Amino acid sequence: MLTLGPAEWQAFQVTFKLCFYTTLILLVLATPLAWWLAQGRSLARTVVQAIVALPLVLPPTVLGFYLLIVLGPRGFIGSTLESLGLHHLAFTFEGILIASVIYSMPFAVQPLTQAFNNLGRRPVEVASSLGAGAVDRFFSVIFPLTRGGFIVAATLTFAHTLGEFGVILMLGGSIPGETKVLSVLIYDHTEGMNYAAAHSLSLMLLLFAFITLFVVYSINRRFEVVKL
Amino acid sequence: MPLLRLLRRLSQHLNPVLFALMVLVFALPSHASAAVRIAAASDLRYALDDIIALYRAAHPNADIEVVYGSSGRMSTQILNGAPYDIFFSADIAFPERLHAAGMTATEPAVYALGRIVLWSNTLDAASLTLEDLSSDSIRRIAIAQPAHAPYGLRAQEALQATGVWEAVQSKLVFGENIAHAAQMTESGAAQVGIIALSLAKFPTLAEHGYHLIDEALHNPLTQGYVVTRRGGSKPEALAFADFMTTPEAHEVMLRYGFVLPN
Repeated sequence: MLTLGPAEWQAFQVTFKLCFYTTLILLVLATPLAWWLAQGRSLARTVVQAIVALPLVLPPTVLGFYLLIVLGPRGFIGSTLESLGLHHLAFTFEGILIASVIYSMPFAVQPLTQAFNNLGRRPVEVASSLGAGAVDRFFSVIFPLTRGGFIVAATLTFAHTLGEFGVILMLGGSIPGETKVLSVLIYDHTEGMNYAAAHSLSLMLLLFAFITLFVVYSINRRFEVVKL
Repeated sequence: MPLLRLLRRLSQHLNPVLFALMVLVFALPSHASAAVRIAAASDLRYALDDIIALYRAAHPNADIEVVYGSSGRMSTQILNGAPYDIFFSADIAFPERLHAAGMTATEPAVYALGRIVLWSNTLDAASLTLEDLSSDSIRRIAIAQPAHAPYGLRAQEALQATGVWEAVQSKLVFGENIAHAAQMTESGAAQVGIIALSLAKFPTLAEHGYHLIDEALHNPLTQGYVVTRRGGSKPEALAFADFMTTPEAHEVMLRYGFVLPN
């Protein structure tokens, strides 16, 4: 029943590569951002919080459309790259990676912010008074106490990137092996009335999404870090 | 009053702005659906708009709405009960499949033959040929997705017949339909696109030249239409379908570079 051709495997590879790098980049970017957001309330924090949450509200095609303009040869980033002798980022893996990082940002930042909020200031202050440096404080105190938040952030980011569609459709150009991800391939199958192929791929993604959420909720029960 | 109490409780729990929006949305009268709803292939985007404008001039009360997209998507949607009354496909194969599935009120009929062209926003496309596409100076070429967009499939056939398919394959980017491929080219992100002649003739795109691709290089783009089962019971839908066969409508189709059947 679940037969996968070369096109499917290629889309799998692109998709998982995209999910992996997006998760990696977002954990690095979102940790300091979430820490800063958890440090209190101010106008600046509220503004940043709203910007981070934008992809939850905006249609992905809006984001994809603007990214195509900005990363393309006439956009600010694309034209800068071209003038440096490099290529613009529309229709490239790097381009859809940038889009994914922006698009999945809230799914990394929000669980981490909540985990840091739950942690409170006390453990860090104690560690600080005992003479622990910033790096030591993070790896010996903050990270072990909030690791549930990190696992949830990583899992949600990965799963959300897996389901990404509109942004990549607009910006990616569905190049096999480069920007053609599973969701776009499923879309092509349904458009081409190739329902059997669409079924087997969709079923697999459905199972994967369920397992991911199951994992997230199991971790959540154990650590009670995030309200979903 | 229990309803008021419920509303008050709801409003305490919801964000007040969201609540105000909800009230506003429910208070607005909903729009009645259009009398005739058309699903049309993206290559018709400009020609059909002009034809509908002509029709409206003659029938001021006509209530017509049109949605453009890829022919494959439209047929999948109609097959699954989408509320379209007429379907103008870029390939008669799709209306024929709907006909076979018993979803249509009329026999599929040819309304035009389409042509494909090379078009560019940054290069002089008029002096380009398909062979030139394998040159290193061209990095990205946009076509519609051959898997479900007829114009994309014909572009693929033309590239294969010219013998450059292998050489250009790594440069291809795929639009969801022919209008998307044209947009990718217009943005400059793809230097060249293989798009519908009917799109290249639209004023904003017509500022740049095009190279007409020899029709011997690909199967004909036999564009067919059909009135759906839903539209069959609507005199307005059948009237508009008839209008497509009038000399006025033909004149518009010819102006956009379509070839008329017979």
